[in-house]
Amino acid sequence: MADSARTLTDLFGFFGNRRAASAAPAVTAGTDALEISHPTKSLQKFLACLQARENPVLVDLGPVVGSNVTFFGEQLGCRIRVEDLAADIEAHVKAGKPEALAAFLKSRFTQAPESVDGILCWDMLDYLDRPAAQALAEALGRLLRPDGVLLGFFSTADAHDAVYTKYVVVDPQHLRYKNYPASRPRQRSLLTGDIIRMFKGLRVSDSFLMKSHVREMLFRKPTA
Amino acid sequence: MWKRDESVKPATPPAPAPAAPTVPAAAAPPAGDRRNLQMQGENVNIGKSVVIKGELSGSEDLTIEGHVEGRIELKENALTIGANGKIRAEVFAKAVIVLGEVVGNIAASEKVDIRDNGSVDGDITSPRVAIAEGAHFRGSVDMQRAGSAAAKPAASAAAAKPAASPAASPAASAPAPGQKVGA
Repeated sequence: MADSARTLTDLFGFFGNRRAASAAPAVTAGTDALEISHPTKSLQKFLACLQARENPVLVDLGPVVGSNVTFFGEQLGCRIRVEDLAADIEAHVKAGKPEALAAFLKSRFTQAPESVDGILCWDMLDYLDRPAAQALAEALGRLLRPDGVLLGFFSTADAHDAVYTKYVVVDPQHLRYKNYPASRPRQRSLLTGDIIRMFKGLRVSDSFLMKSHVREMLFRKPTA
Repeated sequence: MWKRDESVKPATPPAPAPAAPTVPAAAAPPAGDRRNLQMQGENVNIGKSVVIKGELSGSEDLTIEGHVEGRIELKENALTIGANGKIRAEVFAKAVIVLGEVVGNIAASEKVDIRDNGSVDGDITSPRVAIAEGAHFRGSVDMQRAGSAAAKPAASAAAAKPAASPAASPAASAPAPGQKVGA
């Protein structure tokens, strides 16, 4: 009986510990934790989708990270265009026109439709309200070539820190999160069903819920 | 006892005067500024008071601290844009190191290196690209895999592209401003 009680206690302790661990505070700016590498499962799959192609075209929606440009260039021999959407969001918020983002994002990309093999969307949708996120998802869906791939990160926790995150590739299995100040925090976190509906022209090929409160999702554009 | 004998420093042999880069006559700096066009060994240095408009080509390494507008072609040599250098030009070189500002496309057959505080607004074509933390970059990077069937010499690939105006080539639609790199 005592043994079974201990077992139960251990079991509850186990659940308790898990809750405590999963409720760990999100990484905030200005701490050493920023330099921690976080595992990623989707990046390797994203690379695998593109490695078979010759000189694929990549669009990176995050801020310019020099080491990422080098990494993707060396891994894929690709043409990579960095379109810093965080800077666009920041400019609109600072100008007091965040509601204009939806219209802006509809015509933001100058590339021809279906001309891009891969899109690194990172967590940009988290910073947009619903109409703007929808506009971005549609614009990205148009850009992708059939069988093209899009990597998106979606926060599963409501974070209130006003920071953007730079995802720095350490290796295909690890990313370093580097935070920097933003004018407004992430918007309400999106439910998986909402995300799938937003990217309705694409299909989800992989989805991973990571311990870092991030859902990593890989979308593919179906071939005609 | 172990003091080095300063008198036996290897004497630097006077470098054979290399041919200076070709600068259209109209663009040549005034005689008073000749001191700003210095040659050190195989490296030509364009001083910060020099302004060149037109085509600049040559067959030795070049460091630019002044202003150049137009086109720079050093296909077999390295180009360094110094911290004071301001370039609005299409650049073709073997290697390009940017410490100053470049607006325009860069094609290098070997590497492009944007150092801390360096700034590039334009597209880069090169098999190796390094962008330092603190550098500014806006545009696209084309790093063709070595040995790839589709890989062409970077410079010729870029030359084949329509000569986009430097201001128009980067994502001009963005309302915002420069991106600071950080990695």
